[in-house]
Amino acid sequence: MIEILQAVAKRIEAEKDFLTQLDNEIGDGDHGINMARGFQAVEQKLPTLADKDIGAILKGVGMQLVSTVGGASGPLYGTAFMKAGAACKDKMELDGAGFAAALDAAIGGIKMRGKAHEGEKTMLDALCPAYAALQEGLAAGSDTKAALEAAVAAAEKGVEYTKTIIATKGRASYLGERSIGHQDPGATSSLYMLQTILANL
Amino acid sequence: MKKIINSVDSVEEQMIQGLVKSAPKKLRKLDCGTIVVRADKKAANKVALVSGGGSGHEPAHGGFVGEGMLDAAVAGAVFTSPTPDQIFEGIKAVATDQGVLCVVKNYTGDVMNFEMAIEMAADEGIKADHVVVNDDVAVKDSLYTTGRRGVAGTILVHKIAGAKAEEGAALEEVKAVAEKVIANVRTMGMAIEPCTVPAAGKPGFELADDEMEIGIGIHGEPGTHREKLAAADKIAEALLEKILADIDYKGHEVAVIINGMGATPLMELYIVNNFVQDYLAAHDVKVYDTMVGNYMTSIEMAGFSITLLRLDDELKKLYDAKADTPALKR
Repeated sequence: MIEILQAVAKRIEAEKDFLTQLDNEIGDGDHGINMARGFQAVEQKLPTLADKDIGAILKGVGMQLVSTVGGASGPLYGTAFMKAGAACKDKMELDGAGFAAALDAAIGGIKMRGKAHEGEKTMLDALCPAYAALQEGLAAGSDTKAALEAAVAAAEKGVEYTKTIIATKGRASYLGERSIGHQDPGATSSLYMLQTILANL
Repeated sequence: MKKIINSVDSVEEQMIQGLVKSAPKKLRKLDCGTIVVRADKKAANKVALVSGGGSGHEPAHGGFVGEGMLDAAVAGAVFTSPTPDQIFEGIKAVATDQGVLCVVKNYTGDVMNFEMAIEMAADEGIKADHVVVNDDVAVKDSLYTTGRRGVAGTILVHKIAGAKAEEGAALEEVKAVAEKVIANVRTMGMAIEPCTVPAAGKPGFELADDEMEIGIGIHGEPGTHREKLAAADKIAEALLEKILADIDYKGHEVAVIINGMGATPLMELYIVNNFVQDYLAAHDVKVYDTMVGNYMTSIEMAGFSITLLRLDDELKKLYDAKADTPALKR
């Protein structure tokens, strides 16, 4: 888990400029910078969490994100990781079903904190389809890796979908129709996280 | 990017330190973050006013800490709302038994981070509440937006709620008067040049030499639409038309703010004010008082916003009440 999270942190930092550019187009340009800063802080924190259960690790990541990212992403990703952590309490290993439960809890946290749902051009438009595909794959008997591949593919489609719709949440919503044609930064960073988790399984 | 800074990473910290050092009798910085609190002797046990948001709007909000306005201002990274733990430190540093009112600008991040901080405060038994300022008329408040943005009108919430708190009013009364200001204040802005967030290194958007962005926000985000640059009077007229169409100002007295976005010279702000005063007089809107200057900026954005607060006797009295902060004195 620690290695996976370190890889996630590195991925976010690597994509900082692209995320900033996306956020310039329909936001205020801070997504890449803030997420990179938050995940740098997470990288520093991870060694101290190495001997803990998965729930505590994820909760630690969440709290670090809340206190370093700022903006809207801090509370949203922070709450997401904290709720995922609560769903993984005392677990030392995570199987497909466990990961799905964590993702579901994360999504619930984002919906509660952000008062949003799918179709509003947010991170949920990557995460909700990913969760649906993951559940479908697991229910059909796929192994964890295959189900996660389907989830990442669904998230990729979700990110593409965000280009086609108007933003109704967050700073992008002030742009109204001008937000069409632009992919959502939050959905994009969510996708990167899922892709990195898959690549490091 | 050409800025007078020492390094991108030191901007917020050094800015706050510099602000505090410019007014050491009025301001003190907390050790735990970029949080500014009152350093002077305060009226005992009054409701504490806490506000904040991203850095980059100076003098907002640290410049409005002092008698008659804010007790604490929490500064996040540039254009980024501060985190709940920082806001909570600000709340803890100034809370009294009468409680704390947070003045929050309507941005998703600001609202969530302040809400989380207030939850943390409640867990510690601190009575804290908040109001959300949404004075920008540029975007239609609809199902399809996160509501309207909080912009320069926020200053008047600080002033009027701050005065109410100095009178010793209870938290509910301070909140009620803050809500009254919010219900009666409207703003709209525009820009001719974008700003550059230091950490981003380049402007948030680009405008051609002959273009302006109408309905600009204060975080470097694009506005509602772009047009060919018009004469100052035409621009001001367009903004005023939208503001006056939003609530009924006819026959009322108003407080006016002609607010610079950071790079616009006073010369231009006065030119705008010249038109605004004549226009309001011609439209049966009586100006009670005017403020011209940089109050809620957007780093070095070139542009301005017009704020009109519809007044009544209560609001006028609180507007006139004593204030002693670095950026606003009465």
